[in-house]
Amino acid sequence: MSYIIDRRLNGKKKSMVNRQRFLKRYKKQIKGAVEEAIKQRSIQDLDRGGKITIPRKDTNEPMFHHGQGGEQTRVYPGNKEFSTGDEFQRPQGGQGGGAGSGQASDQGEGEDEFSFNINQEEFLDFMFEDLELPYLIKKQLTDSSSFEIKRAGFTTAGSPDKLNVVRSLRAAYARRIALSGPNRQEIRTLKKRLWALEETPNSDQRNQEMNEIRAQITELEKTSKKLPFIDEFDLRYNNMVKSPVPSSKAVMFCLMDVSGSMTQSIKEMAKRFFILLYLFLRRNYKHIEVVFIRHHTHAKEVTEEEFFYSRETGGTIVSSALELTADILDKRYPRNDWNVYVAQASDGDNWEGDSQRCSDLLYKKILKDVQYFAYVEITNGPHQNLWDEYQEVYKRHPDQFAIQHIEEMSDIYPVFRRLFERKTEGTA
Amino acid sequence: MKKEPLSTGAEWTFELIAEYDKEIGRIAAGYGLDTYPNQIEIITSEQMMDAYASIGMPLNYNHWSYGKQFVQTEQQYKRGQMGLAYEIVINSDPCIAYLMEENTMTMQALVIAHACYGHNSFFKGNYLFRTWTDASAIIDYLVFAKQFIAKCEERHGLAEVEATLDSCHALMNYGVNRYKRPKPLTAEEEQARLEAREEYNQRHLNQIWNTVPKKADDDSITEAPHFPPEPEENLLYFIEKNAPLLEPWQREIVRIVRKISQYFYPQKQTQVMNEGWATFWHYTLLNTMYDEGLVTDGFIMEFLHSHSSVVYQPPFDSPYFSGINPYTLGFNMMQDIRRICENPTDEDREWFPEIAGSEWTETLDYAMRNFKDESFILQFLSPKLIRELKLFAILDDTDSPTLKVSSIHNESGYRRIREDISAQYNLGNREPNIQIYNVDVRGNRSLTLRHFMHNNRPLGDDTDEVLKHIHRLWGFDVQLESVTPDNRVTQSYHCPARRPLEIG
Repeated sequence: MSYIIDRRLNGKKKSMVNRQRFLKRYKKQIKGAVEEAIKQRSIQDLDRGGKITIPRKDTNEPMFHHGQGGEQTRVYPGNKEFSTGDEFQRPQGGQGGGAGSGQASDQGEGEDEFSFNINQEEFLDFMFEDLELPYLIKKQLTDSSSFEIKRAGFTTAGSPDKLNVVRSLRAAYARRIALSGPNRQEIRTLKKRLWALEETPNSDQRNQEMNEIRAQITELEKTSKKLPFIDEFDLRYNNMVKSPVPSSKAVMFCLMDVSGSMTQSIKEMAKRFFILLYLFLRRNYKHIEVVFIRHHTHAKEVTEEEFFYSRETGGTIVSSALELTADILDKRYPRNDWNVYVAQASDGDNWEGDSQRCSDLLYKKILKDVQYFAYVEITNGPHQNLWDEYQEVYKRHPDQFAIQHIEEMSDIYPVFRRLFERKTEGTA
Repeated sequence: MKKEPLSTGAEWTFELIAEYDKEIGRIAAGYGLDTYPNQIEIITSEQMMDAYASIGMPLNYNHWSYGKQFVQTEQQYKRGQMGLAYEIVINSDPCIAYLMEENTMTMQALVIAHACYGHNSFFKGNYLFRTWTDASAIIDYLVFAKQFIAKCEERHGLAEVEATLDSCHALMNYGVNRYKRPKPLTAEEEQARLEAREEYNQRHLNQIWNTVPKKADDDSITEAPHFPPEPEENLLYFIEKNAPLLEPWQREIVRIVRKISQYFYPQKQTQVMNEGWATFWHYTLLNTMYDEGLVTDGFIMEFLHSHSSVVYQPPFDSPYFSGINPYTLGFNMMQDIRRICENPTDEDREWFPEIAGSEWTETLDYAMRNFKDESFILQFLSPKLIRELKLFAILDDTDSPTLKVSSIHNESGYRRIREDISAQYNLGNREPNIQIYNVDVRGNRSLTLRHFMHNNRPLGDDTDEVLKHIHRLWGFDVQLESVTPDNRVTQSYHCPARRPLEIG
């Protein structure tokens, strides 16, 4: 006696709870591994999941078992040349007659490592843990997000302007057919009888009968006619629903100094910072555009490739880039539709008289339109006038403006975190 | 008379599965296999991984270690390091077997024969399963356990419950009664008795701790009373009943882990037999189907291909070697018993006078019902099979600088090898023998465990960690002594660790 049951549609993720608990328990180790991965991986493939390796001894579930030593006899298959009494040296570790408990390693991975995969979402969650875009919540609460009117089928009630003529008439027709059905059938049988009577020879009785039938038919046709051509019941209206469109578009401006003083390694660092920001935005917005603006004495909008890898020389006028940013903002990214983020990287060099102008531009044109402006200065030397100027800006707009100093590669991630640390508290 | 094949393609359908099951069932009944009713469930590979992760049970309480198991399985499966098992079968009534939807019709038929008739009849017939497990109640009990633990988590917090479970899991192998038959468990009873037991436990404990020595009775001070009077091998049982500081719900969790451990105990002891039996029967049943013309040549080729990879035994020096393959050993022994019954040689008559020439189905049935791995091998491993597998034994003694080949597959070696390999499957040898030895009832309530050493083998390096778990459950000092057969303590472990200053 057997029952066969199809369970394929039952829940698949039965182990999810246990998996989550495992991840939670080893959060510290996993986070360590994730941060290590961030440092080592090329930035382009940062935003996928991946293998996480944590020390196996941490995940070990201890049990009583025998240790090395003592006396034991083990039986093996596949004897080739041994005969009783043969003696040989103990193999050093490994398989093939070792005294260990025969626990094979997981093929290819060290015995003392425990590896498993986490998906992209989990990876980024660990990466961005505790992070939050400044005022994101506030914005979500206060922003009146726009609505979109969408068709959503048909309803039987609505305002006259939404009346759908074709649907309504179709419904009326269907109703008429349905309600007049029995009548028509009767008319048909009556007509058949009438034709049959016509064949028979003329007589009074026949004529009388025919007249009766005709009268019946007219009567029936009259009632059929009485069916209303269109009834309130038939009316169909286009159904429209209002669905909120969250302001889900963001634009990110990457500004970088490409003057002679910016070496490739400084650019590499800047790049990491930009891409971290990009990844982070991508998690929060459905659609992101990135504008790359590089500048020396003039600013220019360029492709990503050019942005990071072409070299130019010359002096440095930071305000040129800010002007271009303000320009592009005006023309292409209306404030209502876009969340604007600006990230600027520089080694702090600027033409002496220009810094004042930069802060003016920021106050007047840029800061009013952007969600967040982040400035990172990548230098080992002393700060120059731009830094001081920006410090002032920071003091006046501490919520929107961030300024950080990076010295080496390993500073980036912590700096990034500091930039976007939860700032929702205490800003009411 | 040849019949029409049931199917020719690789695709399976529910109708075909039902048809195959009917035919396999008919043939199995013809061979006298007695089974529980079958519940065959078709699942996806993801669900199979889920099932893997919860020790094969269709439901279980939540614990991080199952999550660990899951991520590991998933990792290995995705990297192609491991095929999933074709089937999982659960010792329950009705016997639940999972088939994966990815399998071909041939594989489904193999699994039905293997699990639904092979394992199933073993579960129903073998004395260990009959004695120790109650197939009809296990699913209900797991439902109870899952609900109970979920409720504890709500009431006492995840962390608390997890800590208790961790400690219990560390002692899982020591939560079984090896000799006493446990009471059958039913979910309703458990539930109903829960409250009564809570109260009783507390009272019971108080009595133990009330054994304060009477003042007048001077004799009793000279010799401290032993508690427990006899050493207790079931550590979890002892803790459940006697740990002074556990909350009632913690006791219940100890009990749940203990019960589940007990349920799995027979499976650990009958790996070779169980798999051998199931493999033997899928081989025999499907071949019978082929003889009757119910399956095609293509079917039987595909079947033989996967069958032979299941029973492949890599030699000891192969990189794939990871111990003796229980399928190989079990299947070959079962086949060998049939051969001895049907075509005995002179050697067989000398070694197995009782079974040589007997009715093979009866002999196999007898073997299946009344043995476990250890005794089964000791009883039925034939010299012919030892020769075929080219078995040899290696003696590893730390006192000697070299390894020694103690016996090989020759006239003088057969019996030794048979004994050695049988001992290898003796759980008593595999797991250190650790028992509760004493509780200092009059003093600091410290708990003393004893490890009775076998062949001078010491404990592994997890020992201190496990002691910490025992300490958590017991609540007072815990010590463990390794004792040689001549009652010499060779090593002792303490938790909390002894401070080095204690000499003075």
